[in-house]
Amino acid sequence: MIPDFSRDHFELLGVPVKYAVDPARLESGFRDLQSQVHPDRFASATEAERRVAMQWATRANEAFRTLRDPIARARYLLQLKGYDTEEETNTAMPPDFLMQQMEWREAAAHARAPLDTSQLERLRSDIAKARTDMLRVLERALDADANYVAGCSLVRKLRFLEKLEEEIDEALHG
Amino acid sequence: MALLQISEPGDSPEPHQRKLAVGIDLGTTHSLAATVRSGVAEVLADEEGRPLLPSIVRYFREGHVEVGHGARAAQADDPANTIVSVKRFMGRGVADVAKYGALPYHFQDAPGMVAIQTVAGVRSPVQVSAEILKVLRERSERALGGELFGAVVTVPAYFDESQRQATKDAAKLAGLNVMRLLNEPTAAAIAYGLDHASEGTFAIFDLGGGTFDISILKLTRGVFEVLSTNGDSALGGDDFDQAIATHWRVVQKLADAGGGDTRRLLAAAREAKEKLSAHAEADVHVMLSYGQKLHLRLTRAEFEHLTTALVQKTLGPTRKALRDAKLQAREVDGVVLVGGATRMPHLRQAVETLFGRAPLKDLDPDAVVALGAAIQANVLAGNRAPGDDWLLLDVIPLSLGLETMGGLVERVIPRNSTIPVARAQEFTTFKDGQAAMAIHVVQGERELVSDNRSLARFELRGIPPMVAGAARIQVTFQVDADGLLSVSARENTTGVETAIVVKPSYGLSDDEVARMLQESFSHATHDRDARALAEQRVEAESLLTAIRAALAKDADLLAEDERARLEGGMATLEKAWNTTDHRAIKSAVHDLNEASQAFAGRRMDRAVSGALTGRRVDEVRTK
Repeated sequence: MIPDFSRDHFELLGVPVKYAVDPARLESGFRDLQSQVHPDRFASATEAERRVAMQWATRANEAFRTLRDPIARARYLLQLKGYDTEEETNTAMPPDFLMQQMEWREAAAHARAPLDTSQLERLRSDIAKARTDMLRVLERALDADANYVAGCSLVRKLRFLEKLEEEIDEALHG
Repeated sequence: MALLQISEPGDSPEPHQRKLAVGIDLGTTHSLAATVRSGVAEVLADEEGRPLLPSIVRYFREGHVEVGHGARAAQADDPANTIVSVKRFMGRGVADVAKYGALPYHFQDAPGMVAIQTVAGVRSPVQVSAEILKVLRERSERALGGELFGAVVTVPAYFDESQRQATKDAAKLAGLNVMRLLNEPTAAAIAYGLDHASEGTFAIFDLGGGTFDISILKLTRGVFEVLSTNGDSALGGDDFDQAIATHWRVVQKLADAGGGDTRRLLAAAREAKEKLSAHAEADVHVMLSYGQKLHLRLTRAEFEHLTTALVQKTLGPTRKALRDAKLQAREVDGVVLVGGATRMPHLRQAVETLFGRAPLKDLDPDAVVALGAAIQANVLAGNRAPGDDWLLLDVIPLSLGLETMGGLVERVIPRNSTIPVARAQEFTTFKDGQAAMAIHVVQGERELVSDNRSLARFELRGIPPMVAGAARIQVTFQVDADGLLSVSARENTTGVETAIVVKPSYGLSDDEVARMLQESFSHATHDRDARALAEQRVEAESLLTAIRAALAKDADLLAEDERARLEGGMATLEKAWNTTDHRAIKSAVHDLNEASQAFAGRRMDRAVSGALTGRRVDEVRTK
């Protein structure tokens, strides 16, 4: 039997169902839940109980992993609202965003070979700043305006930025 | 959080029910065991009061084996039969071992793992490690006055699956019930954190004789959450000894030394290294086999120069671990040093420079891992005391993935995921009418399959004829709290399914382990059936006790017929218990477990709901 997983991640971790989340509260919700369900708490319980504990602890980890990451949290919230972010299939982007992307990618390619660390770090911090701004817009779209279509598009853009950041990190630190 | 405390059956056992459990640190250079007595973790010493057992095993022609101090004394006289630092060979092939430099053994390229030719025959590193564990098991049973219920054995956090499986097999050969393999830095964090009631983010920097681990943990209100881990399972104090020995060989213009002289030189290097932790210069004397006397010198400056590259090798993984934890070095609240090799001043200095703070050193770097393992063993044996409610959330050190087209790896579970964890990925067929799909499970961070460790291969068969790309094959990875991986594959349009528990295709096969068990002296005389019966009866009793307790509390969760079925299963098990047929008991235990699955699920739902409601009440109160 699969345990009753009808609760969503937010309810499970004891935070309100919205995009803005208090990290301290999220963490303590996660710790409280794990303290309750983790298999190590059931060391001398029956095998059936340990199996259930393992499923719950897996679920708790998944909920925490999703909600603590700003992009995964948005994707999940949109999914709850019935929206698919279509990150794999929908690659249509506004032209200005695409232009900016191409500029960054070109700059990254230049700074990578030969390796120009300070240029890469500058680029990295530019992108981080753009991401922070975009997350603020996302929060408004989801929590204040309930504009989920805009939310989906922002998640797709953020995913672009995240990929680029990962590539730069890879070049910087191996 | 009084609201969250629910008492579980068997959580706080009566003293006479206390199960004997130990933590074992199976180290490259030395090993030791610890246990929790009257709530305090303590190291178990041998009859002469020595806690550390040198991890050295000497084989004699008649099959006799010597482990520890005696074997260490003989290492230069009988180098080929005296196995030192065997941990470096666990789960490794000949190509891996070749990287360690000159070693005085006759290696054999056995499939999967190297083996060593000794006067007593060919020995696998698993068997050599088992000899060390056996000594510690006997020591523990003598000290605790009874048979051990179980043990937690520590492994480097950066050990891969085949190294872990080899360690588990060694423990099994030594007659130990392994309750869990615990990561060494995590064990150290438990011992340190509980002892100091610490809160905050800690880096555990663990450089042992043969392995290097770095783990970043967050300690909050009794929860130990591992944020990230990294390391190098082939870097340790031994490499520093090798660097010194190589240097001396060059400056003294020594011919390629024989096995015994290699050992003598390495022992002298080790002595010099240890002296240099306290002095600016070291003088050592070595008498080589053909009578040549050597007076060897090394200054600290020379030593540091020789080993700068090795020290640097620890910093890369450390930075990566910080990056995975999304932390800057200076945000770490404390750095804990573990492992004898962290006594080297230039290494300490490098760590201090990186983190911008002096490492904590008010604990014994040799014992802290075993102590942490003992604390975890105590909990896993069911000896948790009331109020003893700390919890460990560990991670997988290396990514797990699947081979896809072109020999590329598709990552399914990324490294540093908190366990237990489950993740599913969908794949499809690439040929029309493809009836089977080969699934190849790999571990590691590289792009190409060939650069990672292969863990297992299996096939999903019986996919009905479809055009390429139409089948929907969902592959699910589940890693449980013990780090054990199971993989299942399912074709979603038809429901065709297959699953395996992954055992690394490296290491030893089950048959080989069984054969070794058979050969092993301590088990030859053991009456297996009697043991199996005793084990099954204990299992049956604890299951019945747990279900009775659950019924007393939550019987209202069951419908009439469900309850009747459960009670029927209990009656069957009670009847089987009275026979001497251990197989019948085992099967009744299995059936009762199955019958109680739904009940267990509902009980957990009730407990979680209670906690969630309680939390809401809490929040209202604090507003």
